[in-house]
Amino acid sequence: MAEFLQFLSSGLTVGSVYALVALGFTLIYNASNVINFAQGEFVMLGGMSTVFLALAGVPLPIAALIAVIVTTAIGLALYRFAIEPARDASAVSLIMITIGASIFLRGLAQVVFDKRFHSLPMIFGAEPLRIGGAAVLPQSLVVLGGATTIVLLLWAFIDRTILGKAVIATAVNRLAARLVGIDTRRIIGLSFAISAAIGAVAGVLVTPITLTSYDVGTLLAVKAFAAAMLGGIGSALGAVVGGLVLGMLEAFSAGYISSKYKDAVAFIVLLAVLLAMPRGLLGRGKIERV
Amino acid sequence: MNVRALMAHRFAGLTVVSAIVIVLPFFFPSAYYYRLAGLVLIFGLAAVGLNLLMGFAGQVSLGHAGFLGIGGYSVAIGATYLAAPPWLCILGGAALSGLVAFCVGRPILRLKGHYLAVATLGFGVLVTIVLTNEATWTGGPDGMTVPRLMLFAWPVHGADAWYWIAAITFLIGGTLALNLGDSPTGRALKAIQDSEVASSMLGIDVSYQKLVIFVISAVFVSIAGSYLALFNGHITPDISGFLRSIELVTIVVLGGMGSIVGSLLGATILVVLPQTLTVLHEYEDMAFGLILMGFMILLRQGIVPSLMGWFAGRRS
Amino acid sequence: MFVLHRVLATAACTLAIAVATGLSASAQIKIGAVLSVTGPASFLGDPEKKTLEMYVDEINAKGGVNGQKLQLIVYDDGGDANNARTFATRLVEEDKIDAMVGGTSTGSTLAMIPVFEDAQIPFISLAGAIQIVQPVRKWVFKTPHTDKMACEKIFADLKQRHLTAIAIISGTDAFGKSMRDQCVAVAPNWGITVVHEESYGPRDSDMTPQLTNIRNKADVQAVVNTGFGQGPAIVTRGYRQLNIGVPLYESHGVASKQYIELAGTAADGVRLPAAALLVAEKLPDNDLQKPVVVAYSRAYQQKTGQAVSTFGGHAYDGMMILVQAMQRAQGADKAKVRDEIERTKGYVGTGGIVNMSPTDHLGLDLSAFRMLEIKNGDWTLVPDAKS
Repeated sequence: MAEFLQFLSSGLTVGSVYALVALGFTLIYNASNVINFAQGEFVMLGGMSTVFLALAGVPLPIAALIAVIVTTAIGLALYRFAIEPARDASAVSLIMITIGASIFLRGLAQVVFDKRFHSLPMIFGAEPLRIGGAAVLPQSLVVLGGATTIVLLLWAFIDRTILGKAVIATAVNRLAARLVGIDTRRIIGLSFAISAAIGAVAGVLVTPITLTSYDVGTLLAVKAFAAAMLGGIGSALGAVVGGLVLGMLEAFSAGYISSKYKDAVAFIVLLAVLLAMPRGLLGRGKIERV
Repeated sequence: MNVRALMAHRFAGLTVVSAIVIVLPFFFPSAYYYRLAGLVLIFGLAAVGLNLLMGFAGQVSLGHAGFLGIGGYSVAIGATYLAAPPWLCILGGAALSGLVAFCVGRPILRLKGHYLAVATLGFGVLVTIVLTNEATWTGGPDGMTVPRLMLFAWPVHGADAWYWIAAITFLIGGTLALNLGDSPTGRALKAIQDSEVASSMLGIDVSYQKLVIFVISAVFVSIAGSYLALFNGHITPDISGFLRSIELVTIVVLGGMGSIVGSLLGATILVVLPQTLTVLHEYEDMAFGLILMGFMILLRQGIVPSLMGWFAGRRS
Repeated sequence: MFVLHRVLATAACTLAIAVATGLSASAQIKIGAVLSVTGPASFLGDPEKKTLEMYVDEINAKGGVNGQKLQLIVYDDGGDANNARTFATRLVEEDKIDAMVGGTSTGSTLAMIPVFEDAQIPFISLAGAIQIVQPVRKWVFKTPHTDKMACEKIFADLKQRHLTAIAIISGTDAFGKSMRDQCVAVAPNWGITVVHEESYGPRDSDMTPQLTNIRNKADVQAVVNTGFGQGPAIVTRGYRQLNIGVPLYESHGVASKQYIELAGTAADGVRLPAAALLVAEKLPDNDLQKPVVVAYSRAYQQKTGQAVSTFGGHAYDGMMILVQAMQRAQGADKAKVRDEIERTKGYVGTGGIVNMSPTDHLGLDLSAFRMLEIKNGDWTLVPDAKS
């Protein structure tokens, strides 16, 4: 039982990161039909900026805040200068632009930061808590709590505010949204900004556990993309569920099956799920107009 | 002889390419250029294969480098453990890739859009994991050496020999691809791209056509992979990695989906550009990212279709 | 038009670079380096590049080699063996180098070897695997210890502590896997049994599932972690998080003090085989390596602001062995330089004391590794086990 809980805690921690990045994917995809492969870079920028600001002497909470703000600005810039000018391009071209952006951001990080890996201090110390025989780091709880808070805040925003409704309207039908007076460009820009912010916060929260370096973004983007599809792209809840499920698949297959093939198991399960449920776990069916 | 009609002929592009391929070596100062050109042609061949799937059939694959790996390792393993002559291994690898594509394609091609993309991504990742972990056969992450290719007891040695082999194969492959485009299969695929529902109403067996093109594209890529392994004399598992798959997709999209010449142009950019950017040292990645973004924003349909559209627009 | 411009510009640039490189002072000795400065092996390649650049500048400031200045040409292969091969061809055909120090990883080294063997240019590799120098190739040498030596050093220490049953947790990258393979192969020679194995991806962020499995195996007496970069730091933290009591051994892949910073207090009590470079200041004054490692350590720290890394040390050794060979050969004639490299005897470097021969193109023995233990956040030397 103790080891089950241990694997569970590991899976949920890693899964929360995937969930947050997948959430960012979904947000942007919903608003603009773009799969943003630079999403992982937002996490990297959040973590690395905080590290370097802290090294320069800025107190940690301020450093984190500045890092999130800077990353949000970068997300907005990405939209404004790269995506928006090419808004009528095909889906594949847009994906290629985001791939170019991720390469650019990675190159930027190499030059501005460095190529080593870094950590941040754990908020509540490194002493693990004993829960049911498992050793759980307090930071894991912080990550889980942070992820839950973000999801709740996002839900409240989408469901309870006019601006949130506008986001939904843009996602459902961009033309109709413009016809009722919604400035869809602002809305899409907003979704990029929110995704970047979420990614940055995830980066700050998780760096004490996972460490960070200039190239953590790539693998993270791939896994989070898989998680978003697993949950069903277009569904925010699906993204979160997909991320957590992927994290847990990795932890449980490493623990119970074979650590050599844990990534393989995760992807095999992903393929199996997609074949059985072609829209993902929680994806909505699309009615195809003929 | 109407020049415009000639240019409009579907083989116009490929004929120009043939001419360039024959003339270019006279300008090569050293083997380094032969190597670059050889790589361009090999990656161009792989891109043509992927283009068949993406450009003609409209299906995205983020895992096609897996077939590069299957083709490459067939040559390595076949020559090392089965004492099979490399040319046989190339064919064997192509056959194996076709078989794998058939088995994997049947279930996967039911998926659409981004779901297909992530499923193919998973395929590519799985191939890489197997190649990395099964070290007794594959040599693990360090890879394995690939013996030299022997053509009728003559060892193929040097970048210039590979340039010609790759060039001939590319031209043959390009011709086949163009012919495919104008064949009943090609027309069926165009129809499927426009509307799957409508095409199935017209009697087109959608899943069969998609599967056929998936298998053919896998064979193209596999042969390119075999060539790459023999050219380098060494192969590592990251030949089938995610980044390599993205490279292939980039080449196809950059050059223009559905354009064979475009695939060659895309390959040229992706092989030659990093070589010229080395002067920038640590700014290399930044520059490359910016250039890629620039290309896609300004020539958003890919180089060849955008230029053709620009020319067509000018004329009217 | 746009594209045509770009293609022409690209071609023009390439031509210009080629011409410029060809025209540059022919009195200069050209040393090529293909390193993985970016990509998965950047942890190794980045210190290597910094070191090579640093010492080429220093040597040139002192007048060069035999009166000739050195020109270093560095290319970044991004961890990709295919790129490494292309850059190797470029160095030989375009840049016309006289010698090569580089090849961060075994994969890229093996891909480049045919190029340098064909061109008959001496190649000093900075990669770990034993198959680079076994079988001995005429033009290929290497400076880093083999992972077999690291395993044997660990096993000697285990034997001294009467521990015989171990678990191995390895990274699936080339470094981790290669060392794991060597450890498994030589373990029986030392009376060690490997009772359990786990692995992790080099970029994984949590190894607690694997460590839990190790902890649950009652007969494990010690754990050996083979890997490099951030993996060992995360493994070490997880080790303490799960409160695993048995001794933990790391590998020489941790390479620098940064490992201790990142693992924190979890690193106390961890032992590892490492080059003397890591404990430079702590070596006894009569240690032959002390002056060399202290000098390099201080210079690197001062120049880059970062803690010294044994991977940078291998690059230093490679450069110095090459330069000394050129001095003995009184020129850059490739065949003569190669012969002199092979005649390297008693070279005191950061990795150990090098004695090469026609059958040994590495030149290090087990004494080149020191067993270290981490105490109170710093390295300490463990007295040598009788191996």
